[in-house]
Amino acid sequence: MRVTRTAKAGTLESNDIFIMVSPSEAEGVTLELQSIVLAQFGRQIRETILRTVAARGVTQISILAQDRGALDYTIEARVETALDRALAEPGVIL
Amino acid sequence: MHGIEFEIAPASGETRRQPLPEYIEGYGEVRAFEGAFANVGVGISDHRPRRSKSVRPGQTKFLATIEEALDRAGLRDGMTLSFHHHLRNGDHVLNLVMEAVARRGVRDLTLAVSSIFPVHEPLVALIDAGVVTGLATNYMSGPVAKAVSQGRLKKPAVMMTHGGRPRAIESGDLPVDIAFIAAPCSDPYGNCNGVRGKSACGALGYAVADAQYAEVVVAITDHLVAYPASPAEITQTMVDYVVEVPSIGDPQGIVSGTTRITRDPVGLAIAHKAAQVIHASGLLEDGFSFQTGAGGTSLAVAAELKDMMKEAGIVGSFAAGGITGYLVDMLEEGLFNNLLDVQCFDLRAVESYRDNPRHLPMDASMYANPFSKGAVVNQLDVMILGATEIDLNFNVNVTTGSDGTIMGGSGGHSDTAAGAKLAMVVTQLVKARLPIVRRHVTTITTPGETVDVLVTDHGIAVNPARQDLIAALEASGLKVVTIGALLALAESMTGIPDEVTFSDDIVAVVEYRDGTVVDVVRRTK
Repeated sequence: MRVTRTAKAGTLESNDIFIMVSPSEAEGVTLELQSIVLAQFGRQIRETILRTVAARGVTQISILAQDRGALDYTIEARVETALDRALAEPGVIL
Repeated sequence: MHGIEFEIAPASGETRRQPLPEYIEGYGEVRAFEGAFANVGVGISDHRPRRSKSVRPGQTKFLATIEEALDRAGLRDGMTLSFHHHLRNGDHVLNLVMEAVARRGVRDLTLAVSSIFPVHEPLVALIDAGVVTGLATNYMSGPVAKAVSQGRLKKPAVMMTHGGRPRAIESGDLPVDIAFIAAPCSDPYGNCNGVRGKSACGALGYAVADAQYAEVVVAITDHLVAYPASPAEITQTMVDYVVEVPSIGDPQGIVSGTTRITRDPVGLAIAHKAAQVIHASGLLEDGFSFQTGAGGTSLAVAAELKDMMKEAGIVGSFAAGGITGYLVDMLEEGLFNNLLDVQCFDLRAVESYRDNPRHLPMDASMYANPFSKGAVVNQLDVMILGATEIDLNFNVNVTTGSDGTIMGGSGGHSDTAAGAKLAMVVTQLVKARLPIVRRHVTTITTPGETVDVLVTDHGIAVNPARQDLIAALEASGLKVVTIGALLALAESMTGIPDEVTFSDDIVAVVEYRDGTVVDVVRRTK
């Protein structure tokens, strides 16, 4: 599955993560991650995002993630919401 | 934590990330930390002779420019120049002097600066150019700290404490050639104070050892008054030259208008619990003494204490440290008899320091020097401390961030922890995904043997060396958990952080207050 619309979730507040998903030209998932804890948690944040995307069956997507120290449940929630918004029927606002 | 003088305190070095080297290029032989009090109260420490030249009647000390002062002081390669940080992030003096120094073409200087702030960014270019190759400081943040972390300073920086610095200056471990006094008010004969003029900053406690022991002392002022300046916190007997400049600092950066108590409910909850611990410790009685930093949560502890002291009718003896308006309020309400002040943090503190005879000065040596006949920290009942990280042995890091970059330093952290009867770390358990309790701290700043209790939003952990405190807290109905339990809880929320990888290059040496090496900072990869 691929997303056909751009959608966002989250904020740039401390302890939150901002996720923007958008259609991708190429097959696969591209993820650009910025984080204030990149050295310590970059690997784990990346895994959480990719796992959440895969769980929704999305295989073609471009993701920008700007992390301010979010915990895993926040990351999952923000990614899921961004995907919900990107995959919603036209005219439905989530 | 004290009261265990007759036991051999365990060295906290066993939890250091890597063993200490025996020799560090650009620093010298390493005398490793052996315990907080291993070198205190044993034997006699040496003092460097206080050198003084004599001045004839009629001789002028007032010079037209900084350049002329550098000439008279005999500036040359390899010298150590000292500065103090009362003007904090508003300081113009260090940059003004170093601009003039750089024009001289001298090289290989060491700067002994009590603290370095973002405003000192121009130093980075001088570090890169080899004008400055050594640095001794108690705290640094901003571009200079970043440059040092990247290994751009030729020799490792020496990170001291507020008490260790005057000890080193007085003993000759850190001989100062030229001391520059940022003087908010001076007369032409060198009597200085910090309470008058447009750049008033209050106390000048960190500059005193420099003024007493440097070969040459230059006062730089933007408020020249007729002789004699009053009061004279640094006197004419110590000062060689006086230079007037248009501005020694930016008042906006020198003191904040107000210091605020945190409004974050988590911070307030931690403060409430911290106050309960103080109450349960039995120390809160008439004559109580207290110190805290100016952070929002620390101030919230003071606010909680204030209510408890009022309710119980307790009058404390003194509050000490960098002083905020909040402590001034407590003084004026009669909750403390005195304030002992090494540095004012806000305008209200400056005014009180100037006007209230019960608001007393203390120089850095009196405040915290372990090799004196008694520092004020030894008289403290309770000290409230922060932490960037704390490990299972209660060792605290306030020097580097979890990514290994220097972003602070002890300041008075190690000194007050060693002196106070109850040294309490207050912090959130997790800050922006970073667990504050760690298996190993990135850098040891303050040895765990001097830290008594950790108060977090998820529980209270007491150093197992303080079974008496555990018993007192439990008797008061406070729940005490192990620090290991807090670590497990923190990691269950955040995951286990990946290890930051370091190179072998040592960029800073962390000295304990007695001059031994408690840890080193290595360059990150």
